[in-house]
Amino acid sequence: MKIKIVTESFDPWQEIQQFQQSAENMRGKFGATSIFIGTMRDFNEGDDVKGMTLEHYPGMTEKQLDKIISESMQKWSVIDVLVVHRVGDVFPDDPIVLVAVWSSHRGDAFDSSRYIMEVLKSKAPFWKKEILSTDIKRWVDKNTDGYL
Amino acid sequence: MSIKVRYFASLKEKVGRSEDELPFVDITTVIDVWKQANCDAKLPDNILAAVNMEYVELDSTVTDGDEVAFFPPVTGG
Repeated sequence: MKIKIVTESFDPWQEIQQFQQSAENMRGKFGATSIFIGTMRDFNEGDDVKGMTLEHYPGMTEKQLDKIISESMQKWSVIDVLVVHRVGDVFPDDPIVLVAVWSSHRGDAFDSSRYIMEVLKSKAPFWKKEILSTDIKRWVDKNTDGYL
Repeated sequence: MSIKVRYFASLKEKVGRSEDELPFVDITTVIDVWKQANCDAKLPDNILAAVNMEYVELDSTVTDGDEVAFFPPVTGG
C-alpha cells in the first residue's frame, strides 16, 4: 500500500500510472482496478465557493489511513492500494483525493475502494475551511453519509 | 514528564491556540486533560478525542507522556 499526503496539486492519472508501472507485485495478477477521485466543486450548500484550505493532523492522518486500508485488505482480496490526499490551499477542479484499488476480480476492487473512501470520510483527520465568493470563510461542519 | 495537548480546525480557532503542555498532575482521563487545559470549561458538543493518534472515548485513561488531541468531526475526502 502507498499513502501520500501532498501539499501541491496532483494529477491522479499520473499517480495511478506511476504506481502501476512500479508495482512488480501486481504484474500479471490484477484483473480489476477501481478508482475514485474526489474533486473540489465551486458550490456547497447553496453558496458559490472559490477555494478552500485543507488542514490535517500529521501522523494521525497516515496512521488512520494505514488502518483503514489494512482493514479493507482483510475484508476483501486486494492486491494493492494507493491513496493520495491533498492538504493546503485547494481550488475548484483540483483533485482532493484519489483511492485506487487493484484486485484480481471486480467485486473486491469495487467494494474495497468504496469502503476505504467512506471510512476515510469519517475517520481520517482532515478538515475543510471554505472561502465563499463573498470572501466569507467557514468550516465545513461534517461529511454526509455516502450511502444515503 | 507531561501531557501534550493539541487542537485542530475550528476548535483551534475557538480556544485560540494549537497546543498546550500540561504537567501530569491530577489527570486520569481524557476529559481531565481538557478541563485542566481549559479552566474547567465545558467541552463543546461533537468534539472528538485521540490519544497518541488513536480515537478514544472521553473517559479513556491517559498516561504520562501521552499526546491528547481534540478536534471537530472530520471533513476530508
